[in-house]
Amino acid sequence: MKKTYRIEVDCANCANKMQEAAKKTEGVKDAVVNFMTLKMNVEFEDGADEKAVMKAVLKNCKKVEDDCEIYL
Amino acid sequence: MSKKQKRMLFRIILASALLIGIRVTQKLLSDSGIKEPVWFLLYLIPYLVIGYDILKKAGKGILNRQVFDENFLMAIATVGAIAIALIGKTGDYIEAVAVMLFYQIGELFQSYAVGKSRRNISALMDIRPDYANLEENGEVRKADPDEVAPGSIILVKPGEKIPIDGTIVEGRTTLNTSALTGESIPREVNIGDEVISGCINMTGVIRVKTSREFGESTVSKILELVENSSSRKSRSENFISKFAKYYTPAVCIGALALAVLPPVISLIMGNPAAWGRWIYRALTFLVISCPCALVISIPLTFFAGIGGASRAGILVKGSNYLEQLSKTGIVAMDKTGTMTKGVFEVSGIHHSLMEDEKLLEIAAHAESFSTHPIAKSIRDAYLSGRFRKDASCEKPEIRAERVTSVEEIGGNGISAVVDGKQVLAGNTKLMERFGIEPIACHHVGTIVHVAVDGTYAGHILISDMVKPTSKEAIRKLGAAGVSRTVVLTGDAANVAQKVASELGISEIRAELMPADKVTEVERLLREKKNGETLVFVGDGINDAPVLSRADIGIAMGALGSDAAIEAADVVLMDDDPVKIAKSIGIARKCMRIVYENIVFAIGVKVLCLILGALGMANMWMAIFADVGVMVLAVLNAIRALFVKRV
Repeated sequence: MKKTYRIEVDCANCANKMQEAAKKTEGVKDAVVNFMTLKMNVEFEDGADEKAVMKAVLKNCKKVEDDCEIYL
Repeated sequence: MSKKQKRMLFRIILASALLIGIRVTQKLLSDSGIKEPVWFLLYLIPYLVIGYDILKKAGKGILNRQVFDENFLMAIATVGAIAIALIGKTGDYIEAVAVMLFYQIGELFQSYAVGKSRRNISALMDIRPDYANLEENGEVRKADPDEVAPGSIILVKPGEKIPIDGTIVEGRTTLNTSALTGESIPREVNIGDEVISGCINMTGVIRVKTSREFGESTVSKILELVENSSSRKSRSENFISKFAKYYTPAVCIGALALAVLPPVISLIMGNPAAWGRWIYRALTFLVISCPCALVISIPLTFFAGIGGASRAGILVKGSNYLEQLSKTGIVAMDKTGTMTKGVFEVSGIHHSLMEDEKLLEIAAHAESFSTHPIAKSIRDAYLSGRFRKDASCEKPEIRAERVTSVEEIGGNGISAVVDGKQVLAGNTKLMERFGIEPIACHHVGTIVHVAVDGTYAGHILISDMVKPTSKEAIRKLGAAGVSRTVVLTGDAANVAQKVASELGISEIRAELMPADKVTEVERLLREKKNGETLVFVGDGINDAPVLSRADIGIAMGALGSDAAIEAADVVLMDDDPVKIAKSIGIARKCMRIVYENIVFAIGVKVLCLILGALGMANMWMAIFADVGVMVLAVLNAIRALFVKRV
């Protein structure tokens, strides 16, 4: 399943770091962060609980880029 | 500017003023005997004003084990520079403050430029309607487009966007389709015409019966496509984000080596270590290590390129397609609907015993009750008045009372009495059946022979018309460096041959079934040179398998055709074939800018690293290289938005 989230991040490299962090989160099959449109497309693993997964994604993103935000 | 940006601007101005003030005071009071650490503490004020958030983020980064975070690197570099000034008693604190200041100016510029182009491009695609004037029980109210059911009646006033696809049931107007097609000529519409959401109603009030839900309407499909377009990343984008991942750590390791190795070697060789000098050079390295200029300029270029293309009526589904499109070597195209109009029109009247116009009038009346497409094209030609010599006489019309005893003769044509005369209109077989000798036509197309009262009166040639811009389109493809252009068509060989020679295309494959087209494209894919891509252009209706088989599938005239929007990688909103070459041109321009930025940004950084290692570049130069490169790269990237003269 795929979902798109609006994000807030200041620099392009930070967006790349968020993408890496999101990809490594458990339950995420693939993630693409688009700095230009400020969107994050997340593809979830089958049977993953998207809400819980997105919480973990946000936590991991905050770790690499303190200033970021994901609007869940 | 956003609130955040304004606050940053204020901090930059404040810090600059403080810095200059302190520096001037220091100059004036140089003999006064004010000693350290007074100056150190004074300079600390602007430094903290401009850099406190960087230091804070750096601290958090360490806690989260993000060592190669650019905040951390900037913090190390500037704190290091201050420490050297303090320990070395040079008193040169201004450098560290300035580096932090310029770094922040660069960040502010980047965020402003990106925000601005983000807004510009979204404004280009501002076709989302906010409301629909829904007519219910004789009353009109503003409704959310989402809640309008198919089959409802909506009212569109001049100046409003058509919110949902539908058919006009009342009124006539002109529509501005430029937001969708890039075509500036307004389109006239009348009762019974289909209208597409996203067009702007210009002159009259119309009532539209909606045919779909908002979510299924053209405007929603297009917005969805554009919004998701830059998620498909190109190879250059992936390259640059990989590069950034290794670049920063590599420069940091380089900096560490530069700080430690030369002094140690120097010590071993019995010379003084000169720690201060080498550590300073290492700190210069750290200033250059931020990859942001590189990382921002590439996606920004693609974003601007895709935005510019959509302004020209070309929707590109992802930056990877833009990249592939720029390498186009072979263009294969469908004929009907792509190079030709795909509708049948009267293209000539020959061997007529009477005036062409009169023959057409008789034929149109004889065919007036037929629903056959050929009959319709004869009627259209008559009603359009295209074959009239004297345009001043009254408007042609078909009057049913002039026609009696109409009889369709099984697949051969029509027999009818028009103005009391026996008229036959149909193919050769019909003529032979009534013992009339038809004159054969040497043109390619469908021939309708006409006989009046048993005498042959001439024939009407009906054929698919080549689009007026097709020839120019082929010429432009050649000029754009496309080495082969191939026409694939299901039509008869002589028809295809005629169109191809008219357009100046040498390669044609005719009489292909849809499956054969796929085979042909696969053969062309094998024949193409390495590094080239094969583009297939079709009108999208029955070309879906070929569109997806080719490297790039371009669907044209796709307004309202869901299947085409699904299957293709690039969608031309109107059916102008010149846009094929234009989209290749836009892609090439975009890729040129991408490569310029990659080479320029990496080049300047590497140069600065070398100069820095040799001690020929100080921290000032490093920060200018970093911020300057970013500013130039961003400005260059925005160039991709301008596609008018591509």
